[in-house]
Amino acid sequence: MTDTRSYIDDLSTHATSLLTGDEVLLASFGGETSDFVRFTGGKVRQAGSVQQLSVDLDLSAGARHATASLGLSGQADADRAAIATSIASMREQRAVVPDDPYFMYATEVASSEHTNTGTSPAGDDIIDTVRSEAGNDDFVGIWAAGRQFSAFANSLGQRNWFDSTTFNLDWSLYLRADKATKQGYAGFDWDDSVFATKIAAQRQQLEALRREPISLTPGDYRTYLTPVAVKELTDMLSWGGFSLRAHKSMDAPLLKMVTDGLTFSPEMTIRENTAGGVAPNFQGQGFLRPDAVSLITDGRFDGHLVSPRSAKEFDVATNGASSWEAPASIEMAPGTIASDGTMAALGTGLYVGNLWYLNFSDRANCRTTGMTRFATFWVEDGEIVAPVNALRFDDSAFGLFGDRLAGLTDTAEVLLDPLSYGARSTESARLPGALINDMRFTL
Amino acid sequence: MALVEDTLAGRMMALMPSGVDHCSMRHMVESSEHITVRNGVIEPLHTSVDGGVLVTVWAGGGHGYAATSDLSDAGLRAAIDQATVWAHRTAGVGAVERPPAAPLSGEFHSPVARAWDSMSLADRVELVRFNESRLQTDDRIVDTHASLAWRRIESVFVTSDGGIVHQSQDHLMPDLRVVAYADGLTQVRSFGGFELGQGGFEVLDRFGYHDAAPRLAAEAIELLSAPNCPTETTELVLAPDQMALQIHESIGHPLELDRILGDERNFAGTSFVTADMFGTFQYGSELLNVTFDPTVDGQLASYEFDDEGTPAQRQHLIKDGILVRPLGGALSQQRAGMEGVANSRSSAWNRAPIDRMANLNVEPGTSTFAELIGGIERGVYLETNISWSIDDSRNKFQFSCERGTMIENGELTTVVRNPSYRGISSTFWRSLSGVGDPSTFQVMGVGNCGKGEPSQVIWVGHASPPCRFSNVEVFGAES
Repeated sequence: MTDTRSYIDDLSTHATSLLTGDEVLLASFGGETSDFVRFTGGKVRQAGSVQQLSVDLDLSAGARHATASLGLSGQADADRAAIATSIASMREQRAVVPDDPYFMYATEVASSEHTNTGTSPAGDDIIDTVRSEAGNDDFVGIWAAGRQFSAFANSLGQRNWFDSTTFNLDWSLYLRADKATKQGYAGFDWDDSVFATKIAAQRQQLEALRREPISLTPGDYRTYLTPVAVKELTDMLSWGGFSLRAHKSMDAPLLKMVTDGLTFSPEMTIRENTAGGVAPNFQGQGFLRPDAVSLITDGRFDGHLVSPRSAKEFDVATNGASSWEAPASIEMAPGTIASDGTMAALGTGLYVGNLWYLNFSDRANCRTTGMTRFATFWVEDGEIVAPVNALRFDDSAFGLFGDRLAGLTDTAEVLLDPLSYGARSTESARLPGALINDMRFTL
Repeated sequence: MALVEDTLAGRMMALMPSGVDHCSMRHMVESSEHITVRNGVIEPLHTSVDGGVLVTVWAGGGHGYAATSDLSDAGLRAAIDQATVWAHRTAGVGAVERPPAAPLSGEFHSPVARAWDSMSLADRVELVRFNESRLQTDDRIVDTHASLAWRRIESVFVTSDGGIVHQSQDHLMPDLRVVAYADGLTQVRSFGGFELGQGGFEVLDRFGYHDAAPRLAAEAIELLSAPNCPTETTELVLAPDQMALQIHESIGHPLELDRILGDERNFAGTSFVTADMFGTFQYGSELLNVTFDPTVDGQLASYEFDDEGTPAQRQHLIKDGILVRPLGGALSQQRAGMEGVANSRSSAWNRAPIDRMANLNVEPGTSTFAELIGGIERGVYLETNISWSIDDSRNKFQFSCERGTMIENGELTTVVRNPSYRGISSTFWRSLSGVGDPSTFQVMGVGNCGKGEPSQVIWVGHASPPCRFSNVEVFGAES
């Protein structure tokens, strides 16, 4: 499989040749050649490589269709045979279901290509680099790097290609027990000095973590959330908050912004910024995503993410959303708090490095509970006093991002998702830090 | 089992490399079919097949892996070479130095009474469509969803010391969900989050699937006019479909030995449990008995061998309230110098095994359900988890359920909506004051346990009777 793009193109052409009558085939390919190195205690726990290629197929005749997912081998004979078998099976399955009234796919051919080839250290180098920089520190985390590609092809002749080579090092330095500082470094071109700078910054936080930790009593605290912590909250908003289908099902956490006119702070503007992200700009039914979709503007709900299926069901235009109708490249507009002056802006209160394990405690009111994690400090007059033991919060985004939002930092940080369920994620976020008055902590 | 053929096992055996300390190869194929109906519309049927081989090589004190979907001899050789390179790269810098002990050979196949293909595709679709239609009972029901999924996971694991293990699991996973809405209030009832298991259509009978839809619809409507759960510290009785989550989060994860060893600290978290607690720590009241039990017929994570080839046996993890054994596979046991269980598992062909839960069960006690409730002057009975959150040491938790029922003077009385409770693992289990008898015991599971770097999501089993806890902080929502 020396030329993956040609291989996928040939496979798509062959699949199209198998169609009969008015059949239409949609094919979404995904694959990666990735290295993973897992570190614990400064040593390597697991290291290896994954090579995989798969395709999602949708075979229709009119409004009747069936779908299939196939793992592919990269061997032409085997993959052609597997696709032929799958097409035959989908024909049989299609025969037992009625027309799908919400089936929609792109009928205008809109081909595209995107290639971004970066450079990152090879396996030997990253192990040496990490061990050299980490020294005797308790380094734990994951290195994931390599090529990822996505492609869309349909029997109408559309071809879309996305090819990206990236790295993502996601790690923590531990002092003891649960006292640690977390960092991430991801992108296209590795720079040793950037990694060294991040490690040095962590060592400063480790010094602060050496102080005797304190346990705060439940209550309301002025709180600064770093961009990484803010991402945990926007992840919750993204869990149905912008989905048209979830709103129509009356089960969306931001439903009251539409039904009751609730608003966030006027400082809050959120959009799906596909052009500024690292995810493909096409989806499984062949629609291209616009460069950006406004979701929250000046604190008011401004738009849904609409998959082709929802578009057909609710008679609106699609904006190329996935079937999950969740942002893949969320962006929050920055505010006015100097990013290098967050401690001073906080004054006295909680500095929260990360939030963890969030879930809705009252979905209808967008009330979320979760924990503080990693570098979390009690701050007085802009100076760190002590690390704080893990605290549980339980509060509504309508307050946190609403009338209790004291401000956002003037820089939005780019965060590339380190998760790799099934395959390495291509999701990202661009978020500022947030200063909040009276965030509610309960345990 | 066309995709896991002896010919492949034979080829893998023949390709075992020389000049390395140890090599294993695991071929794993996952096949599935999903049928979904939403709001009366049958969504496109979906099938999937995905498979590949994970090669693990130990050489010179290091080890590495390579996963490939190219099953040709050339593809397997390339993976062996790549894994060998990783093994040499990690020599001297690895956290583990020796391969797991030589495995036995054997096989396991899920017992299946009424196979997935014993019913025609048209009848399978009709089964789902019919049950989805039974959710639509009232104008206040605004969204209905029913799905049924079948999955077969086949694997063959071979090692350079001659071990060969064939296993296959058939999973059946129903799902029903109904959303009711009125006067600005949304309520949800669901079935399937924990009602899944190994086997065929008999899994549906085991959980009362055929009677579930009308009950869920009626309960969702009932919740619209139910009062909010009161805020108080009280007696709490958890149904098995909440016990499953409680066990998972506050016993299962903290007992994972790789967490205790620190491997998960960057992602899933650490544990409040430390190695020195085993044998002495009072994890719960003396009523608490927890087993790792891969032998339960039909439970979601039953098997004969884990994914490193270690034979699986039933073991007590907590005995009469005392912590006795961690959830750690062969490599973690080697590192910790402790005995564990056979729980080294991979979510898919392209992921290396790590310590996971498998079947993790609270053993039944002696109380009938009436006896559990009967002794309570005031409390609340909670069913069906809807929200879960716990700290990275697995101590401070907060869980919410879909439905609550007040217990007053020993009887179930008023239904309440939006019930939640919170607590701390290490004290919560010591407040266990009643455990249901075998007649109340339900064998359930969880299909979406996330962990690991790179990320893995896997299926685990949890069985439990309803249990009673004393002096627990419960509360409702704002709405």
